[in-house]
Amino acid sequence: MSEKTGVIYGINGPIIYMKNAVGFKMSEMVYVGKEKLVGEVISLQGDTTMVQVYEETSGMKPGELVYGTDSAVSVLLGPGILNNIYDGIQRPLEKIAEQSGKYITRGVSASGLDEEKKWDVTIVVKPGDKLHGGDIIATCPETPSIVHKSMMTPLIESATVKSVKPDGRYTVLEPIITVELPDGTTQDLTLAQKWPIRVPRPSLKRLPASEPLVTGQRVLDTIFPIARGGTAAIPGGFGTGKTMTQHSIAKFSNANVIIYIGCGERGNEMTEVLEDFSKLEDPQTGNKLMARTTLIANTSNMPVAAREASIYTGITLAEYYRDMGYDVAIMADSTSRWAEALRELSGRMEEMPAEEGFPAYLASRLSAFYERAGMVTTLNGLQGSVSIIGAVSPQGGDFSEPVTMNTKRFVRCFWGLDKALAYARHYPAINWMQSYSEYVGDMSPWYKEHVDPKFISDRTEIVAILNAEDKLNETVKLIGSDVLPDDQKLTLEIARVIRLGFLQQNAFHKDDQNVPLKKQFLMMETILKLYHVSQKLVQQGHPMSVLRAEGIYDKVIAIKYDVPNDHLEMFDDYSKMIDDFYQTVLEKNA
Amino acid sequence: MAIEYLGLSSINGPLVILEGVQNAAYDEIVEFTVDGKEKKLGRIIECYEDYAVIQVFEGTTGMSLTNTHTRLTGHPMEITLSEDILGRTFDGIGRPIDGFGPIVSDTKVNVNGLPLNPCRREYPRNFIQTGISAIDGLTTLIRGQKLPIFSGNGLPHDQLAAQIVQQANIGKDAEGKFGIVFAAMGVKYDVAEYFRKTFEESGVSSHVTMFLNLANDPVVERLITPKVALTAAEYLAFEKHMHILVILTDITSYCEAMREVSSSKGEIPSRKGYPGYLYSDLASLYERAGIVEGQEGSVTQIPILTMPNDDITHPIPDLTGYITEGQIVLDRNLHGQGIYPPISVLPSLSRLMKDGIGEGYTREDHQAVANQLFSSYAKVTDARSLASVIGEDELSETDRQYLTFGKAFEKEFVGQGPQENRSIIETLDLGWKLLGLLPKSELDRVDTKLLDKYYKPADPKDVAAAAE
Repeated sequence: MSEKTGVIYGINGPIIYMKNAVGFKMSEMVYVGKEKLVGEVISLQGDTTMVQVYEETSGMKPGELVYGTDSAVSVLLGPGILNNIYDGIQRPLEKIAEQSGKYITRGVSASGLDEEKKWDVTIVVKPGDKLHGGDIIATCPETPSIVHKSMMTPLIESATVKSVKPDGRYTVLEPIITVELPDGTTQDLTLAQKWPIRVPRPSLKRLPASEPLVTGQRVLDTIFPIARGGTAAIPGGFGTGKTMTQHSIAKFSNANVIIYIGCGERGNEMTEVLEDFSKLEDPQTGNKLMARTTLIANTSNMPVAAREASIYTGITLAEYYRDMGYDVAIMADSTSRWAEALRELSGRMEEMPAEEGFPAYLASRLSAFYERAGMVTTLNGLQGSVSIIGAVSPQGGDFSEPVTMNTKRFVRCFWGLDKALAYARHYPAINWMQSYSEYVGDMSPWYKEHVDPKFISDRTEIVAILNAEDKLNETVKLIGSDVLPDDQKLTLEIARVIRLGFLQQNAFHKDDQNVPLKKQFLMMETILKLYHVSQKLVQQGHPMSVLRAEGIYDKVIAIKYDVPNDHLEMFDDYSKMIDDFYQTVLEKNA
Repeated sequence: MAIEYLGLSSINGPLVILEGVQNAAYDEIVEFTVDGKEKKLGRIIECYEDYAVIQVFEGTTGMSLTNTHTRLTGHPMEITLSEDILGRTFDGIGRPIDGFGPIVSDTKVNVNGLPLNPCRREYPRNFIQTGISAIDGLTTLIRGQKLPIFSGNGLPHDQLAAQIVQQANIGKDAEGKFGIVFAAMGVKYDVAEYFRKTFEESGVSSHVTMFLNLANDPVVERLITPKVALTAAEYLAFEKHMHILVILTDITSYCEAMREVSSSKGEIPSRKGYPGYLYSDLASLYERAGIVEGQEGSVTQIPILTMPNDDITHPIPDLTGYITEGQIVLDRNLHGQGIYPPISVLPSLSRLMKDGIGEGYTREDHQAVANQLFSSYAKVTDARSLASVIGEDELSETDRQYLTFGKAFEKEFVGQGPQENRSIIETLDLGWKLLGLLPKSELDRVDTKLLDKYYKPADPKDVAAAAE
């Protein structure tokens, strides 16, 4: 640690001022006051240096010292990140609890990784090897689900391996490899490396979106899919199910690693995720979900500056696992709280506000965050991705407020949650008229190849029916549905089947909570077959009341419960049932 | 060694600036002596090497730049606590006003509290029966939850809160180790008196701690009131292992006070003039509810807020809804129809309900009945708006059944007597009875198995009676 210090001149909430302190750099991490609270330099103006403190500043006095560290606020990357719960600046909450009990007190220092634990390390380089930044040097099983691949930090451009330790058990900070740099100096490498949270980790090349992140949620996978390496926003007023949707994606999506950032949200919610994910099984591997998950909990009553940092901490961890060649999905719940933290700090710094008191740089910060998503070829030649799914909590449920508006500009998937649907307990309450996904075109080759050639055309037809229903509803509101012609009544009936039987999904039903793509496709096929058959009957002059009397529509709605995910052959019965329905109607009304 | 500073350098609304102050700490409490006799308390909200900005709890009336002595106390706002606070009444910053003298104890606790570590929380799962169907059946209250009542001026939120207090089995399996902490912020004297009388009548007075900042008490003081009350609640729950129900009323006055102080500090306002940190500040109150892992004791919060102009998108209810675990919304229309409690079912929600009900907690069909009632009642709204356009006679048979169901649901399920205490089984059976007014094919949220077990079409007689 450098000997550089400054003296506190003033304190205003989480912001402290220093006068005439020299040598501090922007984004430098500092320790503030007697209790050595963690802080970050956020502004240097003339003789005034401003620091945001990541902990409560109660009781701090002007005149106390601020200690510089010469390095930016960083996270420690290495094995032990998964199956862990951190606060906004990567302090393990479990360690904090061991030190200070049920409450989070101030000035607790805890390393991001367990420095005592020994890992089963396999060294994958040998003396004489030429290494480049990002190359894998050692592996170890981190959890039952994930093999951890330690890399040479990208900060070293190239180096030659001088000596290696034998395979065996090492802690994260023990040197395992010594390399010689081009200038002749040597450096020890460990399992862990440090990385500043505000700097994106480099990669070789960005790849275009081509395959979906399968979530098991029909309305997402089929209607508004997100790509691996894609970005999505879930805006919705309170009680519309943002958190529930994110929980479902975190549980069932086929990402390898999940980073769940609880940014300014409820404490009980984080506890719930922690309890649930420690018990539930990962549908891909059969191991516990926590084995692929890291939680970052900065609940709403924890210090606001750390809330601002938590988003960056999360994305840096995600990029690190991406560099190992994994598909990582980030749940950021909620980005609005992060934006509000920016606003609060900006207000305390007396910056000129833009819209609704948010700082003018809100848009550029949001875009910088979402641009860290992507499918890439990593520096070591693997392929990995970071997908970001950000919840947005618009004030008053009004999507025209600054955070939602600006987020919309930078994401390619928009899953708008709707109060009316939520009131009717239609979950997930994703409004199919407002939402969109720009990935459908990019990914249709994948769906055609991996699910079914007809998948995309079926999807288009389903969306068209829903649009037609929306138009008809305008009329129905005025004159009731009874007076509509039968073909329009049929459109309404099929739209009802789609809404109840397809879009609506029960997060508590064992077969319905996570649905494979194949079943999603067969459900569409069945619904559309029923539609086409009914259309034929209506054209032949049979009234809808006769068609409805057969009860077939309700049977198709119940498919989601009645056909187990591992008995897809049962769809043949439904196909036959629809054929029979056609015959029965013809015979009865001949 | 108490240094006293004579005089102030400026006074602006509830804020004063003291220059030349030495060794002041951020968030420290200071004591003023005005004209040598009147004592006031204040809190340092900004502090610099040579001056400090202090917020005066009792207001700055009577203070001048020369008549005030200021003394630093060297500690943040603290309250003295012991089990003796039960049955006592305090003012808004925790000083006894019931004439029984001060609390004597060594336990002094900082009222700002500390965040509970999510790793040491226990996820709340224990159902609290309130005896009110609309709450128990549809927005179930769970021990350790924070469930606010969103109300409007003139609606019976106080009566509802009082009924919950009287009927809730907070400490049922805890051998009566329960308590109530009541914090009034800027409410009318009558309201405080109403609660006092209710507590007395139901014989729980000795379990109640009251903190009163009434409408005519100093405005800034009420910024501390909920913090003091929650500190007391946390102490009783987590140190003395009691089950505590906290009633905070009225959050709107608290937020108004915050806006007042913020604007005199010259802060940049966000929405409707409220400060940008309104969310963080409210969260620091609401998050002080819950259960600690492996310990007896809990804090359950029922904050009451009056929505300005009945507007649920106003920043106060809006931000509250984002922090709390659901909300109970009262509706002026239902109130106008004489339905008590006038709970507007559709926007009401309990987020913790899903894990605290069902088999082993209440009954297997609870979630299904609740979902079906919500969904069917949502359709009632559609049918009603259609009826208002084309007239009731033109409606289809099903839509007419929905109208009948809607009326009966509001009258029998939502409506009940202020003394009526229904068990959860009664509530669920009543739900099924009402669903019987609808044809079986309309019940699309219930598993076929449950439907066969519980569904019974209503007697035509009952249908006719309900349609009346």
